[in-house]
Amino acid sequence: MSAAAQSNPVTNVSSRSRLRLPIFYGFLVPIIFLSLLAGVGIGSTHISWITILQVVEFKILPHAWTASLHITQADAVIVWLIRVPRVIVAFFVGAGLAAAGVLLQALFRNPLAEPGLVGAGEGAVLGGVISFVTGWSATSVLSLPLMAMAGALLALFVVYVMSTRGGVTPVATLLLAGVATSALLSAVASLLLSVNIVNWQIAQEIVFWMMGGLDARTWTHVWLCAPFVVLGVAACLIQTRDLDLLQLGEETAASFGVDVESSKRMLTLTAAILTGAAVAVAGLIGFVGLVVPHAVRLVLGPSNRVLLPASALTGGAFLVLCDLLARTIHPPTEIRLGIVTALCGGPLFIYLLLRQYRGVAN
Amino acid sequence: MSVIEARQAAVKRGGRTIFGPASIAIGAGEMTALIGPNGSGKSTLLRLFAGLWRPDSGDVFLDDRTIHSRPRKEIARRISFVPQETQIDFSFTVAEILAMGRYAHRGRLKPQSQADRAAALTAAADCDITYLMDRAVNSLSGGERQRVLIARSLVVEPEFILLDEPTANLDIQHALDILALCQALSRKGKTVVVATHDFNLVTRFAARLILLEAGTLVAQGSREEVLHPETIQEVFHVDAELASTKAGDSVYVFHQRAAG
Repeated sequence: MSAAAQSNPVTNVSSRSRLRLPIFYGFLVPIIFLSLLAGVGIGSTHISWITILQVVEFKILPHAWTASLHITQADAVIVWLIRVPRVIVAFFVGAGLAAAGVLLQALFRNPLAEPGLVGAGEGAVLGGVISFVTGWSATSVLSLPLMAMAGALLALFVVYVMSTRGGVTPVATLLLAGVATSALLSAVASLLLSVNIVNWQIAQEIVFWMMGGLDARTWTHVWLCAPFVVLGVAACLIQTRDLDLLQLGEETAASFGVDVESSKRMLTLTAAILTGAAVAVAGLIGFVGLVVPHAVRLVLGPSNRVLLPASALTGGAFLVLCDLLARTIHPPTEIRLGIVTALCGGPLFIYLLLRQYRGVAN
Repeated sequence: MSVIEARQAAVKRGGRTIFGPASIAIGAGEMTALIGPNGSGKSTLLRLFAGLWRPDSGDVFLDDRTIHSRPRKEIARRISFVPQETQIDFSFTVAEILAMGRYAHRGRLKPQSQADRAAALTAAADCDITYLMDRAVNSLSGGERQRVLIARSLVVEPEFILLDEPTANLDIQHALDILALCQALSRKGKTVVVATHDFNLVTRFAARLILLEAGTLVAQGSREEVLHPETIQEVFHVDAELASTKAGDSVYVFHQRAAG
């Protein structure tokens, strides 16, 4: 065998270049903690980390233990009712979008798939708009995430059917199907908005939310989003081996014993739950599901057992920091969160697309 | 020893019969070559044998029961399929690729056992890829990647290994390496089936040939029984004559058929 001699030293990528898991989490856990603290502390009113910890202690520990703490009413309101829910929502939205990105990339076998690019995001937006204009969101708060999930599921199904033939999804077809479906769905959402523009209050709420952002998020939004994201990530974690094999191709997965059709149904449903939960509370925030899994894959490799939880946690910290940037970069106005994530993700997307057309992919 | 047997199996696509009905069996730890021109149904028959496609009429049996009445994981543990498409877009290491091959043994959540690890090491040694274990699979050459895919099929510890055009993208040296590896596996008791349009190479290694044309079985049996210059002319539409090499192998020399 002369096989050793033919290996090309230029493309010799070894697993030794990957970061070990304890080192990765050794960095990530403090970053998550600091990003949460910074997200709560920094803003139009600066709040010291000691005050933050005192308020949090006061709110979650039994009162007998915290009676000696001196907390002003203003600090308590800013920390507990304004900043903490916003930061928690940001964390779970980021985690959900990043995990959805990992799932969609495995499902479409393409590192470019992302909730906002394959129609799921716009589907969720349309589902949310429907729940606004019909008034369902006013009668039951749960209708918003549920309708968003249903919309995401429908859009994913349409894009999958349009772009996949015999288990193969060409990247050009996927992106075109995603763009076409997104355009159609967002046209319907805009139509519903135009028809309801007379109802100024609802229209404003819809516009605000369609643009994406985390303004005025409350504890209600935390409860509308977090449980679904936790459920979705847990559902992902028991499917990581199916995901790995599906990434090698559907026929290969089937020949190794994966029940491909049922796996794909489960994965699509999970991706829709994650996307819907995120969009329901934050509107459509693009590129998180692209940037975060890509960065984590570079550092830890593509194995989904490692990639999924790491991407979800990194996505959470990433969005908390993006939101912090959006709030503080140009005070007193806030920049839309989607602008910050697009500025991070857009160039990366173009780079990945060019690289894929040159025939090398990560 | 186990046998896979197609009984009057036929496959239709878009209302047209693209394969069969044909009755063909494989087994007995031999190396069989599935030969025929492009579109003759080699890949279809291979997928029927692998249980990946269901025949539209007739049946495919694995021993005494139809293959589709068996659980997906049981089929995966007994029959390995090596697809032609070898492009992998994600930078899994060879070790990770081999570990994935144990899905049918481990399921979704069972941790890697001693047997899983041993199977991966043995398969890597058999295919001479132990030195590649830490490498990313998308950084390998075509010949290396093909060996990795064969190793992945061995990790399953199957009775049958079915390969679809394993030499299609390889130069002659690596093509011969891969076919010699297939022959070595059949000598260890595996039933190996290689679908290829390059019968000149494969006939030196395969004990048995199955010749297909336009979805129908033309002939099966030993090299001498199946390949005559007239048959080749009939099926491949080229003139051929038999020649001998110094080593005593017989090879076919092809000529473009004269017009008219």
